[in-house]
Amino acid sequence: MHYIQQTGFVVLSAVAIWLFARKAAAIRRNIFLGKKEDLSDQPAKRWRNLILLALGQKKMFRNPLVAVMHFVIYAGFIIINLEVLEIVLDGLLGTHRLFFPLLGNLYNWLINGFEFLAIGVITVCIIFLCRRNILKLNRFINKELDGWPRSDANYILITEIILMTLFLTMNAADQSLQFIGSEHYHITGNFFFSGMLAPVFNGMKESSLVAIERTCWWLHITGIFAFLNYLPYSKHLHIILAFPNAYYARLEPKGKMKNMPAVQQEVLYAMQPETAPADAPPPAHFGAKDVFELSWKNLLDAYSCTECGRCTAACPANITGKLLSPRKIMMATRDRLEEVGRNIDLNKQFTADGKSLLHNYISVEELRACTTCNACVEECPVSISPLDIITELRRSLIMEESNAPQEWNGTFSNIENNFAPWKFSPADRDKWAQEG
Amino acid sequence: MHVNTMAEMAMNGETPEVLFWVGCAGSFDQRAQKITKAFAGILSRVGIKYAILGKEEACTGDPARRAGNEFLFQMMAYQNIQVLNGYGIQKIVTACPHCFNTLKNEYPELGGHYEVIHHTVLLQQLIDEGRIKMKEEGSFKGKKIVYHDSCYLGRANDIYEAPRKVLEALDAELVEMKRCRSNGLCCGAGGAQMFKEDEPGNKRINIERTDEALVTGASFIASACPFCNTMLSDGVKNREQESGVSVLDIAEMIEASMA
Repeated sequence: MHYIQQTGFVVLSAVAIWLFARKAAAIRRNIFLGKKEDLSDQPAKRWRNLILLALGQKKMFRNPLVAVMHFVIYAGFIIINLEVLEIVLDGLLGTHRLFFPLLGNLYNWLINGFEFLAIGVITVCIIFLCRRNILKLNRFINKELDGWPRSDANYILITEIILMTLFLTMNAADQSLQFIGSEHYHITGNFFFSGMLAPVFNGMKESSLVAIERTCWWLHITGIFAFLNYLPYSKHLHIILAFPNAYYARLEPKGKMKNMPAVQQEVLYAMQPETAPADAPPPAHFGAKDVFELSWKNLLDAYSCTECGRCTAACPANITGKLLSPRKIMMATRDRLEEVGRNIDLNKQFTADGKSLLHNYISVEELRACTTCNACVEECPVSISPLDIITELRRSLIMEESNAPQEWNGTFSNIENNFAPWKFSPADRDKWAQEG
Repeated sequence: MHVNTMAEMAMNGETPEVLFWVGCAGSFDQRAQKITKAFAGILSRVGIKYAILGKEEACTGDPARRAGNEFLFQMMAYQNIQVLNGYGIQKIVTACPHCFNTLKNEYPELGGHYEVIHHTVLLQQLIDEGRIKMKEEGSFKGKKIVYHDSCYLGRANDIYEAPRKVLEALDAELVEMKRCRSNGLCCGAGGAQMFKEDEPGNKRINIERTDEALVTGASFIASACPFCNTMLSDGVKNREQESGVSVLDIAEMIEASMA
């Protein structure tokens, strides 16, 4: 019997990990479809960001109440993983509560701690479900969340509640078995929270209790493996990618736009023709029309986004009813990148599909509404810059397609000819000084 | 008032302590010209030797770059950097957060390296050093003032305190809007929005922001950016509150209150 369980567990783990690794490799490949950008400078600052922003969730604390609740789920998740380690080892070695003989009394404290966290996770998940589905906070009901994204959020919360409930039920059954002196079940001492569930099992036969305990154990670990494989398809991937994304966050002032050295060179050659090499190739493209022309960091951003909508809730354009939503920019980028990835899986290499991020996924009207105010960038708890994508797409619109509103064409022409965005004579630039 | 241009100074073999970068709004916009004059007035009264580029100054290229026109931005940057480097400029002060951001953050990798400060930061320094002295009974004493954070000063460059410190010198009652500092709401002008109609929506951004400022009951909205000033002034007019509420640049408020 034991060997069947052990073999089953090894097969289950191997399949789960293999599937996850395969999908993770595909995501990694997709991210590196983006353009090269060196973000490896200043490692000390980057580690600091990783610790403060990802591990410490510093930005979340802009709203302390929600931050604490989110932290409970996060701490619960990380710390309960120690228990999952025991579960995995038990599964592989055919043991039961492997750590108990090693830890003695401490074991009871640990499990009680895990159970406390499990109760915390369940409570917060219920509150979060209410915020999404009953209180209907603005940022959770925007139309870009219609369909899959909204279900995704609910599935995650419900799965976490189920996993925690299985964990507690398993412990409760375990205690009942300890109580009736069942073989194999260590006497671990009372578990406070699951102990309250134990009376439900009063008077049950040992075999039924073992069946319940084993079923919960298997469902719990299978659930965890299933969840692991759900991550890459879900917004919940942020629990992994928030870390690299914080590390590779840009360190420059937010106001600085990325330079375009190719254009800088072109202008230099125009101004000083003697500096121009005879065979200088023109730049392949200006700005970004599709995901390939964005930086790999933009694409990592897209996979790191958990669609919380803090960016959109702070966006002046969105607040005043414009079409632009920074969160939708990130979701569109990920959707397009996933589509490109499937295209590559199917055709071995990307085969033109007549679509692009610009126009098919993100419209001109959205891009035009941005005031480049950086509110979205400031808000993002996991260091995403929707603004970077917006400005890269704007560059493509203007420089590749000459697609500008009429007023902007006038502004450009004024800047070029009169050196100011308005049609004033450059000779009058210092007229104010003569007026006293 | 006579303001030296760099050309005049160079001709006389003189070097200014600081170049005052006026910017397009400060040069041409009638409302912003008042800010320019107020700030130039402060510099003169404090005895700082400064100059402007005058007719040699050109748009930094900020709106062009943010609209997506990198070519035009690079052309303007090239031209300005040639002029600035030609005069050997070391230090620049400007009353426009957009010019400030571009000169400080974007010109260095194009070959323009200067110490660039925003006028609110210089004003704070001058107050701290005792070079700006305030009247005992200034016109803002005890009045309610609300400061509006400019995005290009605040989030873009993390300057939140200097403007507030300067306003504290007015001995007024400083109040804050619900969205302030890093949560501040944009006035609606950035990213070249100043130069085009809004996209379809249900409210103008400047009205949304002005409403928030009006709710505080302040009689003065303090700005530190000529574009914010325009947007909020329009908002106050739109809400027909101009009799009770004025939008003033911090430099104007200091200039009016100097001893």
